[in-house]
Amino acid sequence: MNWRLFVGAALLLSACSSTVPHNTGVYLLVDTSGSYNRQVSKAEQIILFALSRLQPLDSFAVARIDTASFSEKNIIAKATFDDRPSTANQQKRAFASRVQKFVDESKAASYTDITGGLLQAIEFLNEKKPGRKEILIFSDMKEELDKGYVRNMPLDFKGFEVVALNVTKLRSDNFDPREYLSRLEAWRVKVEKGGGRWRVVNDLDRLDGLL
Amino acid sequence: MFMTSLLTITPWPVLSAAILLVLLIAALYLARHTAHQAIHAVTSALARGFRLASHSVAHAEERLAARNREVLLAAGRDAKERMVEREFARIADTTRKDLSSYPDMHRRLSEAIIRIEEDQEKAVEVPPEAPGWAKAVEVIAKLDARNAGAEILADIHKSMVKAHAEAMVDYRKASGERHGLLRKMMPDWRLIQETLGRVNKSVASVIERSLVIDRHMQDYETIVHGEDRALSVLSSSSLVHFFVSMLVLGVATAGAAVNFTLIARPMAEMVGGTNFIGVFRTADIAALVIIMVEISMGLFLMESLRITRLFPVIGALSDKMRVRMIGITFAILLLMASIEAGLAYMREVLLQDELATNALLRSDSTGALVNAHLWITTMAQMGMGFILPFALVFAAIPLETFVHSLRTVLGLMGIGVLRALALILRVLGNGLRHLGTLAERIYDLPLFVPLWIEARLAAAHALPPAIEDESLQEVRP
Repeated sequence: MNWRLFVGAALLLSACSSTVPHNTGVYLLVDTSGSYNRQVSKAEQIILFALSRLQPLDSFAVARIDTASFSEKNIIAKATFDDRPSTANQQKRAFASRVQKFVDESKAASYTDITGGLLQAIEFLNEKKPGRKEILIFSDMKEELDKGYVRNMPLDFKGFEVVALNVTKLRSDNFDPREYLSRLEAWRVKVEKGGGRWRVVNDLDRLDGLL
Repeated sequence: MFMTSLLTITPWPVLSAAILLVLLIAALYLARHTAHQAIHAVTSALARGFRLASHSVAHAEERLAARNREVLLAAGRDAKERMVEREFARIADTTRKDLSSYPDMHRRLSEAIIRIEEDQEKAVEVPPEAPGWAKAVEVIAKLDARNAGAEILADIHKSMVKAHAEAMVDYRKASGERHGLLRKMMPDWRLIQETLGRVNKSVASVIERSLVIDRHMQDYETIVHGEDRALSVLSSSSLVHFFVSMLVLGVATAGAAVNFTLIARPMAEMVGGTNFIGVFRTADIAALVIIMVEISMGLFLMESLRITRLFPVIGALSDKMRVRMIGITFAILLLMASIEAGLAYMREVLLQDELATNALLRSDSTGALVNAHLWITTMAQMGMGFILPFALVFAAIPLETFVHSLRTVLGLMGIGVLRALALILRVLGNGLRHLGTLAERIYDLPLFVPLWIEARLAAAHALPPAIEDESLQEVRP
């Protein structure tokens, strides 16, 4: 009789406990192509900001955008923070030091494979199954693919929020701003067509609403 | 639409309206008696219903008041019994304490008195010897011998002076001894005075206690007799107890909240910081459970010490079992307090770790600096973590008072609500009766013309027989 009561109570408790994940998964793509590589130090600022905002059980990965971005090798650092706050703090410190090393040693890439990076981000976050999925792209959003790379495919952004950060204007954009606007519009359409939400944040001093 | 068609029964709408009005009034006049009966029946039925409900509520209020009275008197009786019991226990303590030392005190007093008696006997003044030379001097002075008497007298004088000197020395010596003996009596007198003072104090204390018991017994008698004065005193004191205990429980709740803050963060290290049960974090629930267990242990401890009487089962336990229970609950409390102190320390460590991490992430070098006086806050947190569980133990006392006074307060509130409800129902019942009369009058209002005619006709019918009578009287001789 007693064990039945115990099992009943355990079942009740397990029924009460929430199965919906409350954690967040963040994938940050950092553009290292051409002149944008000089902006990497700014990316570090965003990474540290994200680290300070993320909680235990949240997942975070930082990956580089270069010629071929659809690869695990492009991931600079990744972590799923531990349930215990003290361990999570240690992980954050280790993460920050790896990012610091990347910033110090970053080299400019010849091409910009943003779509490949996005594919990798979708794959990573879908595997982690967080409650909220966020892809941050630190780039000028100008995609330049090397010969032989096929990226003309639809992307599934269902449940994702894609945020373009620090989208700088290129020299050509200054000549014709329509280029810049059409570039951002094209990305917005691509993300929203895939079922995601699109946002642009250019003022890095106003990151409060980011995570 | 319907009205428009009604107004077209004649070519002239005004005439149609007039005809319709006359018809309506006629219909109303014909249905007047039945309508009045219907209005009267409805309003009377409703009024009776409300009056019945009012009686029922008033009866319920009386029953509740009687029950509340019983509860109050029982609580008052219980409280007075406890007070009298406590006073008797105090008297018993005082008597036991004094009576246990009574033989010793009696012996010391007797010894002191004997010593004083002996010393007093010794100190009695010895009367000086009567001078024997006076008659001899007189006889010699009367002798008729030449100069022979003078020599003898001179010798006698010499001997007398010598004897006087010796007597004076003896007297001084004896006086000195007597004074010494009297001085020796002083400590014994003091001892007697002190002992009797103590006895006086004990007796005064017993008398004082007995007066208090008398007062309590008088109150008890008034309660037993169920006098209104006792009831009103108990009722008002119950209200006071309710509000005071509520205030103290509020303070205890604030203490529990501080306690919760101290242990909620480090609990995340033990049970995880992101697990949820329902909408609450598991760490928060765990911290709350610890505090609740502490409060429960405090309740059991107070019950075992017989300070509170919320659980009759614990109060009815044998003394041996109670002592065991005191030991066990105190040990658990001590363990909990130690755990809390540890968790409070852990909280500070975690806080510093988090601050250091955040400083690193903000690239702020000043955040990583360690405050030299940090140990003070750490120690304060640990101290609070250790003391608060024991402080929460005392919440059992106001809790008991709150629970007991809550019954009375709820009863008083219930009486108030029922009384107000009964009044409202009674007012509604009476109001409906008057409303029926008013409705009848309003019904009659458009019928004033036929009613006036009816009254005139009735008056006309009533007059002829009277005239006939008068004419008959006139004809008669």
